[in-house]
Amino acid sequence: MDITNLTVHELQEKIKNKELSILDITKAYVERINEKEKEVKAFVTTTCDEAIEKAKKIEEKVESGELNSDFAGIPIGIKDNMCTKGVRTTCSSKMLENFVAPYNATVVEKLNDEGIISLGKLNMDEFAMGASTEYSYFKKTCNPWNLNAVPGGSSGGSAAAVAANLVPWALGSDTGGSIRQPASFCGVVGLKPTYGLVSRYGLVAFASSLDQIGPITKDVRDAAMLLNIIAGHDEKDTTSYDNPKKDYTKALKNDVKGLKIGIPKEYFGEGINEEVKKKLQEAIQIYKKLGAEVEEFSLDIAEYALATYYIIACAEASSNLGRFDGIRYGYRTENFSNLRELYRNSRSEGFGPEVKRRIILGTYVLSSGYYDAYYKKAQQVRTLVKKEFDKAFEKYDVLLTPTSPTVAFEIGTRSENPLEMYLADICTVSVNIAGLPGISVPCGVNSHNMPIGMQLIGNKFEEEKILNAAYTFEQEYKFRDKYKPTFSK
Amino acid sequence: MANVSKEELLHIAKLANLNIKEEELDNYLSNLQDILNFANVVSNANTEGLDETIGENDRVNVFRKDEIKVFEDNKALLMNAKEQDRNMFKIPKVIQ
Repeated sequence: MDITNLTVHELQEKIKNKELSILDITKAYVERINEKEKEVKAFVTTTCDEAIEKAKKIEEKVESGELNSDFAGIPIGIKDNMCTKGVRTTCSSKMLENFVAPYNATVVEKLNDEGIISLGKLNMDEFAMGASTEYSYFKKTCNPWNLNAVPGGSSGGSAAAVAANLVPWALGSDTGGSIRQPASFCGVVGLKPTYGLVSRYGLVAFASSLDQIGPITKDVRDAAMLLNIIAGHDEKDTTSYDNPKKDYTKALKNDVKGLKIGIPKEYFGEGINEEVKKKLQEAIQIYKKLGAEVEEFSLDIAEYALATYYIIACAEASSNLGRFDGIRYGYRTENFSNLRELYRNSRSEGFGPEVKRRIILGTYVLSSGYYDAYYKKAQQVRTLVKKEFDKAFEKYDVLLTPTSPTVAFEIGTRSENPLEMYLADICTVSVNIAGLPGISVPCGVNSHNMPIGMQLIGNKFEEEKILNAAYTFEQEYKFRDKYKPTFSK
Repeated sequence: MANVSKEELLHIAKLANLNIKEEELDNYLSNLQDILNFANVVSNANTEGLDETIGENDRVNVFRKDEIKVFEDNKALLMNAKEQDRNMFKIPKVIQ
C-alpha cells in the first residue's frame, strides 16, 4: 500500500480499521519527504523529527482516551505565512528569515486541538505576492507534473506538496487566487472560503480585506473536512463571522439535478487558452448530463476586476508592510547611522523586488493627487463588482469559469514581466473583491499532461453548493484515477 | 496615460521608506507606468452614485471587554529582536 497516495478520509478509514497506525502514517510521509523534497522544493522548513515525536505522543493520548478526534495523527503542511510558535514563519522573505512567532495562528491552534501533525512550513511567493512561487527569497518550487514548470502561486509550495504526496493536505491563503490557481496548476483541489469564515489571526497580512485561509487537498471530501476544522468565529479577528457551525461533508450529495449553473461568457473569451476552454466545455457537458441547468450570461465587471484588485491589494499591502521596520523583529540592516536610515535600509535590503514594486504602487495610489483617481475609484468599482455578483446569484446557484487562463508555465518565462504575471490572476480576483467562496477542481489535462482547473464560485457562505457541485463532478470525472503527475511514477 | 517622473517615483519611495538605487530607477519607473496604464481601465467603469466598499464585511465597531491579559512569554517576544538590553528592545538614538 502506498500510504502517501491516500486521501485523508482514506487514511482515517485505515486508522479506524487498524490497518495503519498513526506512527506508520507520519513515518511514511517523512520517508517520502526525505526522498522527494529535493526535487520538488516545496518546503521552507521541514519539521520531520518533531513530527515523529508528536506522532508517538498522539498515539499515546489516543490510546489513553485523552484525545478523541477523527483527525488525530493526520499530518499536514502549512503555508509559511501562518504563525507557528517555536517554528520560524518566514513568508519566504529575507525580512522574516529568522522570525519565530511567539504565538500560534488560530488555524494552527485548531489543527493542534485535533491532534493534527505539522510536517513543516511550505514555500510561497514572498509575502504571498505572486502567481508562480518564483518570488520566494529561498527557492523555486517545481511543479510535480513537470519539474520545469512553476507550481503556481502564491501557495505554490502547498499545492506542489499535496500533488507530490509530501503531505496529505495543506493550508494555503488566497488574496487574489493564491489557493485556487496553484491548485489548478498542480491538479489538486483548492478552496477559498467566504471572507470572514476562517480566522485570519496569525496570518501575516498582505491585503487584509481580501486575505482568506483555506484548504488545498487531494479531493473535495478532504477539502470539506479541513474546512470543518478551520472555520468558525474568533474574537481575535473582528472580521470573522459568528455563524452556526456546519458539517460541510453533509453537503456532498453527488447530485446536481436542478442546480442552476451560470457561465459568465467574459471568462471564456480572448486570452483563455484553447485547450483550457475545451476542457471547460467538456465539464459543462458533464454537468448538463448530470441534470444541472446551465446558462450563459454576461458578468459586466470582468474587464475591471483585475485592475481594481491590484489597486486595492497594493494599497493595503503598502500599509500592512509598513510595520517591517527592523526594530522588534525581522531583518535589521548593519548599515545605518540614525533611525531613519535603519528603517529605510532594513526595508530596502529585506524586501525583494516584487514586494517593493507593490509597496511603491500602493503608496502611489494612496498618495494625495492620485487617491481619487485610483484608490477611491477602485473602492467604488468594488461595490459595482459586488452588485453584479448579487444579481448573478439571484438567478444562479453557482458560477463556473476556468481557474486560470493557462496551464502551468515554465519557470523563468514570466518573472521578468510583472504585468504578465498579474494576468495569471484574471479569473480568480473578482471572487476576493466580492468576498465570495470559490473552489478549483481538476477537470482534465492538456496535450502535455498538464492539469487544467475549473473554478466554481458561490454566493457568500454558500460553500455547501460549490462543494457539492465540485464533488459531483469529481465523482463522475474521476480525475485522480485517470491522471497522475509524471513525477510520482 | 499615466506619466510618472523620476522625481515623483523617488518621492513615493521616500514616503514608503524604501531606497531605489540609481541603476534600478528605470526599471521601477517602466514597471510602474505599465501597471498604472493597465490600472487606468477602472476610470471607464460607471460608478456614479456608488458608495465605496471599504472592507468585505458590513460589520463595524466590534467591541469586546477591555480586560488586561498579560502575555507572559517575554522571552519569546524578545528573541526576535536584533538587539536587546535588560528585557527591552534596543534601538539607535532618536534625539540627536
